[in-house]
Amino acid sequence: MKGIDLFSDGGQALWTISIAAAASLPCALLGCYLLLRRMSLLGDALSHAVLPGVVIGFWISGSTSSGWIFAAAVVVGLLTAVLIQLLHSVGGVTEDASLGVVFTSMFALGVVMLVKVGPRVDLDVDCVLYGLIESVWLDTQPMLGYEVPRALMSVVGVLMLSLAFIGLFWKELKLVSFDPRLATSMGYPATLVHYLLMGMVALAVVAGFYAVGSVLVIAMLIVPAATGHLLSDRLVGTMGWAAATAIASSILGYFGDLRFETGMAPMMAVVAGAGFTLALLLAPRHGLGSRAFHRFRLALRIVAEDVVAALYRTSETDSAELGLAWRSCLAAGGGGLLARLAVHVLFWRGEIGWVADRRVQLTATGRERAESLVRAHRLWEAYLGENFDLPLDHLHEPAERVEHYLGPALQEQLASELRRADLDPHGKVIPGSKLS
Amino acid sequence: MIPYNTAIVLTGTSLLGATSGLIGTFALLRRRALLGDTLAHAALPGLCLGFLLWHQRSLPVMLGGALATGVAGIGVVSGLRRFTRIKDDAALGIVLSLFFGAGLALLKFIQRHPVGDSPAGLDHYIFGSAAGMIASDVKLIGTIAVTGLLAILLLYKEFRMVSFDAAFARVQGWPASFLDFLIMLLVSVTVIVALPAAGVVLTAAQLVLPAVAARFWTDSLGVMLFLAASFGAVIGATGTLISAGGGVPTGPMIVLAGTALVAVAMLFAPRRGLLARTIADGRARRRIDEQNLLLAIDAPDPTSGGAAVTFDALAARLTQPVGRLRQSLRAAQRAGWLRRVNADSWRLTETGVSRAAAVTRARCLWRLFLTEYPESASLFNDLDVERIDEVLPSEIVAKLEEASHNSAPSHEEKAAP
Repeated sequence: MKGIDLFSDGGQALWTISIAAAASLPCALLGCYLLLRRMSLLGDALSHAVLPGVVIGFWISGSTSSGWIFAAAVVVGLLTAVLIQLLHSVGGVTEDASLGVVFTSMFALGVVMLVKVGPRVDLDVDCVLYGLIESVWLDTQPMLGYEVPRALMSVVGVLMLSLAFIGLFWKELKLVSFDPRLATSMGYPATLVHYLLMGMVALAVVAGFYAVGSVLVIAMLIVPAATGHLLSDRLVGTMGWAAATAIASSILGYFGDLRFETGMAPMMAVVAGAGFTLALLLAPRHGLGSRAFHRFRLALRIVAEDVVAALYRTSETDSAELGLAWRSCLAAGGGGLLARLAVHVLFWRGEIGWVADRRVQLTATGRERAESLVRAHRLWEAYLGENFDLPLDHLHEPAERVEHYLGPALQEQLASELRRADLDPHGKVIPGSKLS
Repeated sequence: MIPYNTAIVLTGTSLLGATSGLIGTFALLRRRALLGDTLAHAALPGLCLGFLLWHQRSLPVMLGGALATGVAGIGVVSGLRRFTRIKDDAALGIVLSLFFGAGLALLKFIQRHPVGDSPAGLDHYIFGSAAGMIASDVKLIGTIAVTGLLAILLLYKEFRMVSFDAAFARVQGWPASFLDFLIMLLVSVTVIVALPAAGVVLTAAQLVLPAVAARFWTDSLGVMLFLAASFGAVIGATGTLISAGGGVPTGPMIVLAGTALVAVAMLFAPRRGLLARTIADGRARRRIDEQNLLLAIDAPDPTSGGAAVTFDALAARLTQPVGRLRQSLRAAQRAGWLRRVNADSWRLTETGVSRAAAVTRARCLWRLFLTEYPESASLFNDLDVERIDEVLPSEIVAKLEEASHNSAPSHEEKAAP
């Protein structure tokens, strides 16, 4: 890679990264539709199956960046989609098996053609695996006074085409992706949109071939889209994140390859994978980490509420001034680490305080919270008691669960529906009822 | 006389093909056809790690590593499916591409930072090379083949149950999850053992192709297993021979041999094949045309005044191309259902009248059946059979007949095509 006088190393980096980014962006964007339509594996199949098309294109034109490759690949890609559909609907083979049959066959055909005609057109098996990214930037052509890599122009062309396709068919694609039946019944040509999308995916796959090779294109088709899907609930957001992932893996893939010498294409896949893993852990709504955190916070809140409710119930008895023993406090929270933590949080927030002799009592703020909770509990018991034919000893348990989810508004509504909103079925006073 | 080496390789690939076909049948029936693909791709990093840590090309270590990451990949797929909003297909694709990408990265890293044994030939695992197979490899494959066969023979009933109706098996008290796991284990081991010959990218095809081809020929699991194993052996051997002669990798040639088998099966298989179905469809169409024609002639024609019906009147009654109408007229005349009165009009013969009555009755009863028992309609895929008495239980037919006498037979019903 040294001794190229046209460009400094910086130029190489710039061109290579631009080609990789422009090549993987269409994959990432169209991949979002595949993901939504649960057709990711069709993308997988296409990315394998366009190989014969690519080889034929090379064979006809003898160049790495000609329209022939794109044309042949689109034809082969559409043929693949049709064959999969045929084998499924006419042959009665299950969908996944028909996919497996068609794409492995096409790929095998491609490999055999590659081995047979490849040497004549300077294309080998390594290109299929690692893409051409490490060499295509050398093949340049003057453009507006600059020497621009030919490959960049073709991948930017595909990028423009994909953007135009998405822009023009935005509404149709969205409708077909989210609700194909509705789309059909509204008169949108769902099948036409499907095959257009397949054609575009085939184009994007060939573009991706430059960047990451035929097999790893699947990473660019699915992984950025899946990352976006974890990070956003809106199509635009999903696509934005997918594009960001694709660009980031192009940039980091280039430098990662410089550092570890793993080849740029596999490095791009690895970077995309790392991005996906991060999103999987940290995504605000759908991430595993944030979901675990939310569950933990909910568990902590419930335990803390159980503790203050227990303290409130003690304050209703004769031994009110004594408070509750520390140990019983923990037991009320179910014991264990979580209860300990919850009690500490309650201390820290000033909702409970020491009385004496390792005994605990509610403070004024704690009392407020406890009242609302016990009110919710007893209102629910009263509601169940009035409206359902349940024995008295069956009321406590559901109320114990529901009390944590009844806010003030629901409490008022319950109270207004009750004949007696001041006493619960066990004869205990419902707190706060005199105030309202 | 076949040279010793070729004999070894041929034995290995056909044994491998037979095993893959056998195990692949269950993978196909359990709808796990593509899981094998993901597993094979996910095995690549394990292969490379095995080499990287051991510093030599020890097949057991590398295959052990492959099995480890392959199974880990499957674990990630089911984890993604269960715990995140990522769907099944995307999970398979994600694991496949990311593990494979990591594997390629490792592979290139090993090639550029050689340690220990020469890494040359490591990339043969990607597209497969059977030429290097030695006797010990064949022994390994043989062991797996025998184990697989024994497992299937011993647990045939259980596997069959789980393959066709896992929920029912569970309800019946079979350890369905364990059996499922056993099938998955057999699939994994087969895939891993097939890797050196068939290659990471195309191993899964060896599982799927023989089974898919076999499925076309039979509806019985036993026959399907036998066929799939034979097909697997045949494509393994054929692919190897062609690949040895033509200087192309073995994996793709085996797959293409399998593709040819699937294509032949899809075209020529009895009943499920395209040819057989086209013939059957044509036959059914002609029979329905004939029935429609009989009904149309049976209805008297007010314009001609008699029981004879003119061609134009028929064409008006039957909404079908004139050419097809001529065809069915000729056929019906040959069969003796109708008689030409003069150049342009026909009337039914006596047998034709009774056949028309039978058709009318059958259609009427079927229509009633569909309105009375709509939930059972899906049980019959050919509602137009005149053999209604053979298809439906006699007491139901009797009930339907009673119902049809109660509702006065209307004339439009008779004439409707």
